[in-house]
Amino acid sequence: MDKHYRYRKFVERANWFGMLGCISVSVFFLVAILGYVLVNGASYIDWEFLTAIPVPAGESGGGIANALVGSLLVVALAAVMAIPIGIGAAIFINEFPTHGLGRAVRFLAEVLTGVPSIVIGLFAYALVVQPWGGFSGFAGSVSYAFIMIPIVLISAHEALRLVPDSLREASLALGIPKWRTITGIVLPVSSKALATGVVLAFSRALGEAAPMLFTAFGNSFWNLNLSKPIATVPLLIYTYATGPYEDWHRKAWAASFVLLVVVLLTSVLTRAFLRGKTNE
Amino acid sequence: MASETQITAQPLNRALTETKPVGARQRVANFGDRIFYLVARLLALFVILLAVLLVLDLIRGAWESIGHFGLKFLVGTSWDPVARQFSALPVIIGTLVKAFLALLLGVPISFGSAIFICFYTPRWLRPVITYPIELLAGIPSIIFGMWGLFAMVPVIRAIQIWLKAHFGWFFLFNGPAVYGVGVLAGSIILMIMITPIITSIAKEILLTVPRAQIEGMLALGSTKWEAIWKVALPYSRVGLFGAVILGLGRAIGETMAVTMVGGNSFAMIHSLFDPVHSMASLIASEFTEATYSLYVSSLIYIGLVLFGITILISLLAQWLIWRMSKGKLAMLD
Repeated sequence: MDKHYRYRKFVERANWFGMLGCISVSVFFLVAILGYVLVNGASYIDWEFLTAIPVPAGESGGGIANALVGSLLVVALAAVMAIPIGIGAAIFINEFPTHGLGRAVRFLAEVLTGVPSIVIGLFAYALVVQPWGGFSGFAGSVSYAFIMIPIVLISAHEALRLVPDSLREASLALGIPKWRTITGIVLPVSSKALATGVVLAFSRALGEAAPMLFTAFGNSFWNLNLSKPIATVPLLIYTYATGPYEDWHRKAWAASFVLLVVVLLTSVLTRAFLRGKTNE
Repeated sequence: MASETQITAQPLNRALTETKPVGARQRVANFGDRIFYLVARLLALFVILLAVLLVLDLIRGAWESIGHFGLKFLVGTSWDPVARQFSALPVIIGTLVKAFLALLLGVPISFGSAIFICFYTPRWLRPVITYPIELLAGIPSIIFGMWGLFAMVPVIRAIQIWLKAHFGWFFLFNGPAVYGVGVLAGSIILMIMITPIITSIAKEILLTVPRAQIEGMLALGSTKWEAIWKVALPYSRVGLFGAVILGLGRAIGETMAVTMVGGNSFAMIHSLFDPVHSMASLIASEFTEATYSLYVSSLIYIGLVLFGITILISLLAQWLIWRMSKGKLAMLD
């Protein structure tokens, strides 16, 4: 009896340590990756790196300014396409719920979040690049938009679901038409949660490299014209990291550092923002 | 009396049933509602249109290759751009092997973490432990690839050389140990990437286990682990399986990190150390070099196959998680 009891205690303890080990593995990798990027990337960053365009391989100096601006441009245009579609469809799903169409769209959005980004790149290639006859920043935006739409849609739907029905009913009872109720009351009430979803989609797209391979393609010069190939940060990291030069590798680390800071900072800040909301 | 009530009732009835002439304001309101409804509906339909376009466009892009190779594309083993011969079996197998190895390594870690968070961590401490795991999930794929290539691959190379020297007789360790990049490195980087995803979904699912059942077990004198093993895990097994399937979907579609550390050569897998392409890495590394339309079309065909596999997996995961939560949970974003 006593022996059996002690055995059970032992199993309990052993599993506790095992599971603590499991958590430690995840945390270890997080620390290892963040630390590595920090150590290798931060030291290379200076004003020139952020404001100059790339120099030919072998020369020293140069920066990634064109990729920074390019990434922002391409993702911004993608957001302009994705936000109205995502939020509009979410409004349809949540505010006109009698429709079976709504449930189908929500389901489809969830399936679409599982589509690999490289397949979305191929899609944008066949949809935009082939008919257009060349790589372009616009094609990159289309592929990013396609990544962002399901994320925006799902998070917007969740945000709208949290708005209490009593608010809608109070508004309708005052004789306010439904569309004014939605635009004037439901959307402002859920604006913080809506913004969170948009920002998360934004930061997700900002880090995607795979669809850029055959849409925006990359460019080593200044280009603000979205109908031409344009440089983006994730793709630049890929090119530099897999390239043969030591200096390129250092630049890839530094660019990774910039990307990581932007992406993680957005996620941390949005979360803090959202937490403020739930505490109210 | 009767006539009186009739007289008073009549205007009342009319007021209730007959439509009065609509005022201009109200007409504007109705018009606004209708426009708003139509626009919202149009946007929802646009999402469906996009999904349909995605499928049609992939098929259109792959059409030349489909016509040329048909379904034999899926079982052939040669990839020879010079001889215009393309087929996909080695990359399909390569992708699946890497993904399943990643699951094999990642699922125990994820479940262990999720159980620890749900049952062994005080409520106030939960966010502190969950937070780093969620941060890990937010790191872009390209940075995993970068870290994998420069920090992890040298370590793996050393391990491979040691393994080959001591256990070289074992067929899994009988590959070229000099590269570092290969199936093992690809699987490990995938493991790191899918662990946070599986952990957070498993955590949500384990939190739905009724507290009373676990407390009942504890009241009967079980240890905490026995309560988890005999009650919580059987209760949530369907949902946990869904979480695993979802992780599998991510692992199969993952591109940049695998392209950078998977060791890209078009070959059948023989050992853990072989450098082998997966579907995504083959597309990523050869697409811009494809010089003629059949080549491009074959790469899109591979994309179509990849799309089909991930959609099937995603549908399965959706169904399992939906069955588990009866449509209440939505955590697939």
